[in-house]
Amino acid sequence: MTRHTTSATQPASPATEIMFSRILTSALFAGAAAGLIAALLQLAFVQPVLLHAELYESGELVHFGAEAVSAHPELPGMFSELTRDALSVIFTMLTYTGYALVLVALMSVAEGQGHKVDGRTGVLWGIAGFVAFHLAPGFTLAPEVPGVAAADVYARQVWWFATVAAAAVAMWLIAFGGNIISYVIAAALLLAPHMIGAPEPDVFTGPVPTEIGALFAARAFGIGLVAWVLVGAFAGYFWQKEASHAEATA
Amino acid sequence: MTTQTQTISGARTGVLSALFAIALGLGIITLTGHVQAAALHDAAHDVRHATGFPCH
Repeated sequence: MTRHTTSATQPASPATEIMFSRILTSALFAGAAAGLIAALLQLAFVQPVLLHAELYESGELVHFGAEAVSAHPELPGMFSELTRDALSVIFTMLTYTGYALVLVALMSVAEGQGHKVDGRTGVLWGIAGFVAFHLAPGFTLAPEVPGVAAADVYARQVWWFATVAAAAVAMWLIAFGGNIISYVIAAALLLAPHMIGAPEPDVFTGPVPTEIGALFAARAFGIGLVAWVLVGAFAGYFWQKEASHAEATA
Repeated sequence: MTTQTQTISGARTGVLSALFAIALGLGIITLTGHVQAAALHDAAHDVRHATGFPCH
């Protein structure tokens, strides 16, 4: 192999380049594919509930008003607001690409430590990601339907990030710790944010019926789990595929 | 075996690549899910609610 000693700047090590492009490629494929499926599922199952809630948020419908309100109002159909739905698709794909980058990066570390990573084990990675990013923060700060009462958004975001970080470390310890001490630490990390408590509103002012809020949270969790299992499986699959590709071209 | 040598030589650079990918991923999640700038918030509104991010 010839080395280009005339180069003015130090070139990045080929190993770093290969490793990083392998992470990037796998994550982009996995995130875009899982994100697209998640977006379509959200448009089909979450968006109608959200639009229904917005009728109460805007005051068009009034819960416990003078007259009983039908639980089945006329809602705009799927894709009736093209720009809004298109933005949702783009942002969901972006969000899941972000998840996939974190997931594949951690997969590469695990593989470096001798753990097998492929489409099958990717399912477990996906479930762990769902617990860290959806279930752990949502266990106390439940997915909010528009119009619910909530505490200051910045305070909730701080709690959200701290809870996700703690849960992510906990899931890693459960997966790879391998001894009782790491399981105990993992349990403490999973419990602590909820024992401490999340920022809660002082008073309840939400005008949205509880039936809508409950359905919204259930569906947000359900689609989160499906999308995370997919992003994990895809990430593991593409990570393996890129490995054979990298070896073939090396 | 080639995989063996790759794993050993890639250990140090691998961590660097992983850290950078994690930073990039968290950056994207912060942008799509958490930054409160009005334009971003409005565009990502439905996604933030449906994904369980604290929205507003």
